[in-house]
Amino acid sequence: MKNVLVVAELKNGLRKTTLPAITFAKQAAAKLGGQVHALVCGVDDVAAAAEELRKYGVAVVWTATSPGLKNYTAEGFAKAAIAGAEAAQAAIVCASATAQGRDYLPRVAAKIGAGMASDITGLEDIGGKMAFKRPMFAGNLNQWVEITTDRKVVSVRPTDFDAAQPGAVGGEVKSLDAGVDAAALKTKFVEFAEVKSERPELADARIVVSGGRGTKGPEGYKETVEVLADVLGAAVGATRAIVDAGWVPNDWQVGQTGKVVAPELYIALGLSGAIQHIAGMAGSKVIVAVNKDPDAPILKISDYGLVADLFKVVPELIAEIKKIQ
Amino acid sequence: MKILCTAKRVPDPEIKLRVAGDGSGYVKDGVKWVVNPFDEIAVEEGLRLKEKHGGEVVVVSIGPADAAQQVRQTLAMGADRGVLVKHDGEVDSTAAAHAIAKIIADEKPDLVIMGKQAVDYDAGQAGSMVAELLGWGQASYASKVVVSEDGKSVRVTREVDGGLETIDVLLPGIVTADLRLNEPRYASLPSIMKAKKKPLKETSFAELGVDVTPKVKSLKVAEPPARKAGQLVPDVPTLVKKLHDEAKVI
Repeated sequence: MKNVLVVAELKNGLRKTTLPAITFAKQAAAKLGGQVHALVCGVDDVAAAAEELRKYGVAVVWTATSPGLKNYTAEGFAKAAIAGAEAAQAAIVCASATAQGRDYLPRVAAKIGAGMASDITGLEDIGGKMAFKRPMFAGNLNQWVEITTDRKVVSVRPTDFDAAQPGAVGGEVKSLDAGVDAAALKTKFVEFAEVKSERPELADARIVVSGGRGTKGPEGYKETVEVLADVLGAAVGATRAIVDAGWVPNDWQVGQTGKVVAPELYIALGLSGAIQHIAGMAGSKVIVAVNKDPDAPILKISDYGLVADLFKVVPELIAEIKKIQ
Repeated sequence: MKILCTAKRVPDPEIKLRVAGDGSGYVKDGVKWVVNPFDEIAVEEGLRLKEKHGGEVVVVSIGPADAAQQVRQTLAMGADRGVLVKHDGEVDSTAAAHAIAKIIADEKPDLVIMGKQAVDYDAGQAGSMVAELLGWGQASYASKVVVSEDGKSVRVTREVDGGLETIDVLLPGIVTADLRLNEPRYASLPSIMKAKKKPLKETSFAELGVDVTPKVKSLKVAEPPARKAGQLVPDVPTLVKKLHDEAKVI
């Protein structure tokens, strides 16, 4: 039992957030002297996703296609992951710490009696022990934990591990009977209301433009944050304050209670930088802040700060960017 | 409808915590303690469902004797009684989940509502673990909870990546509360007085027969390296030039 099982996530094919989890799995498997296995659960798109996973240096791709896995449920996916862990002889079961991974993985841990580390951002060695690094208290502190059970469950924060790179196609695809019976499940899928957007997804965008109360209202937000984002082909983000105020949709929120992002470029417009917000974006490679207040905390963590009125800055910024595009 | 909610005692999320000298955890002396904000939302939802459908709201907490203050706070919001699993020191999510599952087995609520995570360790495991231990269905990250007409299930809207998912969960079942489920009420002074007389039962891990040996142990706690402040730029052309030539991100 030295292998590491990565449970993939599907969303119109293989979701990109699965790739950083594979990178973690490779690091862990190297420490354990085992192999990386993957598991794809579902009914539609499973074969294509399994084929894609073969490019990432996975020894075996297990496919679980019980009819009860057609729609995601925590119960069904936990059951499949447990069957997968058994088949893969996995010492570690992991998945990306998305809304889905965070939901079902603790069930796996509870069922197999494993300890679990949530939202890990690094794998280190402390005194010969495998130490899982993770943020706590909204990222104000980092904690390194040891999981004392032989079998371990881990959710991997996708922004903190590089995406696995495709290589030579290899590894075999094997089907797995997870025995998930839809009729026996206590949760039933009703519907999914997708928030449609032409913009890239916030969680894996290369550039994020984000706004706070300084945008003065939904109109001001649109004129500044959204317009600039569209020029840059960026995703848009927001502070909890303006999400709570109803200026923008819920799932645009960046922060510990919203989404954690780590783009190459994060542009913060008219947001002061509450602890809660910084916890969700401090991992960005380059941070730019535009703020009228020279004492705004966001300026203290920004690579480039501009103390100015964002309503004057944004049109000028767009003009300058267009010159170099 | 009998509803069981949880209320963890956590440091006030607005304060800055300091690392303990030996690096094993954080400094707890002088910290202001509050009810975990997500649990507060869970209790509020329990109270709203009770107001609509009748029944009882029981609140469970795990923590030191002082955690009774947090349970009392939820009683002042309107919960009917409390159960405190008295324990000094930390327990991991597994031990907490086993204790909560034992209390649920004893109390037999129709619905359990917990916060989606506690804002101290941010693990977000207990709700799903309790559901698995009991063999129940779960709906985490709830932003809306509606009891079905026949009272046999709840329809829950969940905040997931890229949109909102709606699922039906058979009762008894577990819901975990997300930020936008509701806005918790403030307790009035008379209700704070009344809460002092409401029943609060104390129990322990030993009494519940739950092993507290951790499956997850903290090896080290440290402050993240401070991101160093960068430069202020005088104007937009300079900013764009630096982003293009120096940072090479646009």
